[in-house]
Amino acid sequence: MARMKFICDSERCIECNGCVTACKAENHVPWGVNRRRVVTLNDGVPGEKSISVACMHCSDAPCMAVCPVDCFYRTDDGVVLHDKDVCIGCGYCSYACPFGAPQFPGNGTFGLRGKMDKCTFCAGGPEANSSQAEFDKYGRNRLSEGRLPLCAEVCSTKALLAGDGDVVADIFRSRVVVRNKGSEVWGWGTAYGKPAGGSTAKPAKAEGTK
Amino acid sequence: MRRSPYLLALSALLLGLGACGERPQELAGRQINGGAPAWQGPTTPLTAPGWTVGDQRSWQAHMQTRAQAQNEYVRLGQAR
Repeated sequence: MARMKFICDSERCIECNGCVTACKAENHVPWGVNRRRVVTLNDGVPGEKSISVACMHCSDAPCMAVCPVDCFYRTDDGVVLHDKDVCIGCGYCSYACPFGAPQFPGNGTFGLRGKMDKCTFCAGGPEANSSQAEFDKYGRNRLSEGRLPLCAEVCSTKALLAGDGDVVADIFRSRVVVRNKGSEVWGWGTAYGKPAGGSTAKPAKAEGTK
Repeated sequence: MRRSPYLLALSALLLGLGACGERPQELAGRQINGGAPAWQGPTTPLTAPGWTVGDQRSWQAHMQTRAQAQNEYVRLGQAR
């Protein structure tokens, strides 16, 4: 069984925000809500890095753990979804999520929070697949059409990868081996292990050291 | 006085069984209907070609191929 995951390659992300725009357009995401956003570290400094962030569809999702009405569920493919008919808009998931994925439309009367909205991995919700009811609440269900999330499919540099965790991890690992840089970071071995071909890529030498 | 051991045993038994009557404190069953799995389709004009709607293995193989298409080393025939 597939275990759907996102990976964003910070060496490739050019902060074009194509993923953000595609997500908003594809899913008719309301004003004030961004299911995906691009975060830039050391903005303006040479060597700045950007990554595209949305719901990471955690294997042990904290949003699921804290939800008082238990509105979250996980599909067979490992996608974390929620039922907007059950959500009470309390915001606990927003506090629990380390990625800031849960969003709340804030432009209602008296700043009403409304139901939580987040990335669905383009997998819709509990309504019938590709139905109008599902689209109105959650946006497109591309997985049921045999397609990957649009944010990843439109990514011009293929920085954002989506799909089965094993596949995208293999792609990322092969890139790191080719560019010979990146496997020196903390936690690399735990997350990606050693490449099938041999040892991990050698750490890149810092400039000026010979 | 002879009854006291029996009373004591009976009290201990009742105390022990008390936990059996405790109601679970979890939410009363999951009300969430997870919906149909993605591989069940349905077929729409937007359904990607290359897989059989309703066939889980076909869908999984198709998604693996589609995910692998993100790897330009494979697409360009330079698999490493």
